Amino acid sequence: MAVAPGWWRRAWDHDLAWSFRRSPVTIVAAALTLACVGGAAFAPWIAPHDPFDLARLSLNDAFSPPAWASGGNARYLLGTDDQGRDVLSTILHGARISLGVGLAAVAFSALLGVSLGLLSGYVGGRLDAFIMRVADIQLSFPAILIALLVDGVARVALPRETHDSIAIPVLIFSIGISGWVQYARTVRGSTLVEKNREYVQAARVIGRGRFAIMLHHVLPNVMGPVLVIGTIHVGTAIITEATLSFLGVGLPPTQPSLGTLIRVGNDFLFSGEWWITVFPGLALIVLVLSVNLLGDWLRDALNPKLR
Amino acid sequence: MDRDNRPLLRMLEVSRDFDVSRPWLNRVLEGAPRQLLRAVDGVSLAVKRGETLALVGESGCGKSTVARLIVGLYATSQGRIEFDGIDLAAPGASALRRRMQMIFQDPYASLNPRWRVRDIVAEPIRVLKLAASEHEVGARVAELLRQVGLVAEDGEKYPHEFSGGQRQRISIARALSGNPEFLVCDEPTSALDVSVQAQILNLMTDLQQRLGLTYLFISHNLAVVSHIADRVGVMYLGRLVELADAEELFVRPLHPYTRMLLDAIPDLEMSGKARTPVAGEVPNPLDPPAGCAFHPRCLHANARCRSERPQALVRGEAVVACHAVEERRI
Repeated sequence: MAVAPGWWRRAWDHDLAWSFRRSPVTIVAAALTLACVGGAAFAPWIAPHDPFDLARLSLNDAFSPPAWASGGNARYLLGTDDQGRDVLSTILHGARISLGVGLAAVAFSALLGVSLGLLSGYVGGRLDAFIMRVADIQLSFPAILIALLVDGVARVALPRETHDSIAIPVLIFSIGISGWVQYARTVRGSTLVEKNREYVQAARVIGRGRFAIMLHHVLPNVMGPVLVIGTIHVGTAIITEATLSFLGVGLPPTQPSLGTLIRVGNDFLFSGEWWITVFPGLALIVLVLSVNLLGDWLRDALNPKLR
Repeated sequence: MDRDNRPLLRMLEVSRDFDVSRPWLNRVLEGAPRQLLRAVDGVSLAVKRGETLALVGESGCGKSTVARLIVGLYATSQGRIEFDGIDLAAPGASALRRRMQMIFQDPYASLNPRWRVRDIVAEPIRVLKLAASEHEVGARVAELLRQVGLVAEDGEKYPHEFSGGQRQRISIARALSGNPEFLVCDEPTSALDVSVQAQILNLMTDLQQRLGLTYLFISHNLAVVSHIADRVGVMYLGRLVELADAEELFVRPLHPYTRMLLDAIPDLEMSGKARTPVAGEVPNPLDPPAGCAFHPRCLHANARCRSERPQALVRGEAVVACHAVEERRI
């Protein structure tokens, strides 16, 4: 498949690219997101220290303030925590976990929500009523409560020794399960519109089955809003994960996410070692803010009514 | 010989009801009864091999429902539909449906906007497994696109890159790609400009002659119908009121409703004939009038028309359901 010479030109002239170039906030947000994602993805290679290598940790370096403060150590740019771990390195590794859990939870939510929404909208009838009532019930609980509930059940149901090793999947599942309703409702709404359009009837006349029509015909036409919800949901999912970890029901300190780091550092806030909790907090804010700004831009850019 | 005389498609006393009741909770709370709308009411007709049968009528008369009943988008409530002598509702009759395809009214809605044209046209070929290899599929798609007056390279584009008339050509190519014998065309030209309508109609007659197709052509446009149809059925409020050869129908309409429709056509030859506008409105289909459905608008209605439903009456080649015609009052 030869890439046409105008490929880059076409992408550059596209509506999305055009509105991207016109919005400086979006460009900054995209750059920050890219930096966060890059830093998180390549944390093991770019982090100045390995915070999980116990042999390299030295308690003599503990509570070292940031490099520019008095008593700071140039080896540790953002200082060290109570174990002598480099804060910058733990942030990079923590962001890796936060982002990974957030993205996986969103993917799980979207998969569940889109499937149920498609079924609900296309099949209709009792199945539709059932799925939508479950969604209504779930919406009456705050997402964090559902995540707490799932996490608590998993803690009780699973043996203690396995718990740490499956903390991440449990967290992804509990955050994911609390977010599917929005996808299901949006997709159901669009599906109700699309299923009565003539191209769906044409596919039925050809003799395609229900599931083939849902998957090949309806799905591509209802995915636009899902992309927008997904982008905005990434920020929410990261926050939910951080909240759970901060409350101590998320990730254990052996696999710290940004939320765990903030919780651990919180203990030292009043004794003056502010950097241990403030820098992970700032990292979380920058990450979520830039992802959200990107999501807002995408929503506006894809909404023809706002042009 | 027998095979050629047998109609390709027969509808026998076909009816279709739609449930338009309020939701269950509202019915319980408000004590409202179930409400059925009879969109198609006891329609019988036969389409002969190789002909074009047109169905005309005002909006809401049930002509599009007839089209959807035939291709199986709706199930019949009563009566049956036979294709090539076999009941389409019989088990195993789904293979028969492969021999019919449909062209839709709105060329902007009937093509999936996210699919490339080549995939749209190839879908019936792939689903019905009419080609041995992907290479063969591609060759067949290119041939079909040329057949409908497009070029093979158009297959790479998306539907939004085409005009309404071109899109309708793509629809026709898709309908043809399953090698059907019978095409149900639901107002295929009504969304198009007049100049483009003629091109599409000419393409359809041309394809009919070349491929020996049989058409059921739904339209509300009598000018289009007179151009393409061999026989014409006139529907009113879900019922077939008259069915006759096109030439005969346009010259000597029998049913008062047909006469009213024809009188309303603007006269291009400026013969000075006074044009009678269509009078009155279609009654509420939820509460159709007793007797002949047309009697509230009919100039010839009498007491019998108001109480007794007229039965189909054979008059030479034509079939008409009208008491006044039967009693030779008109």
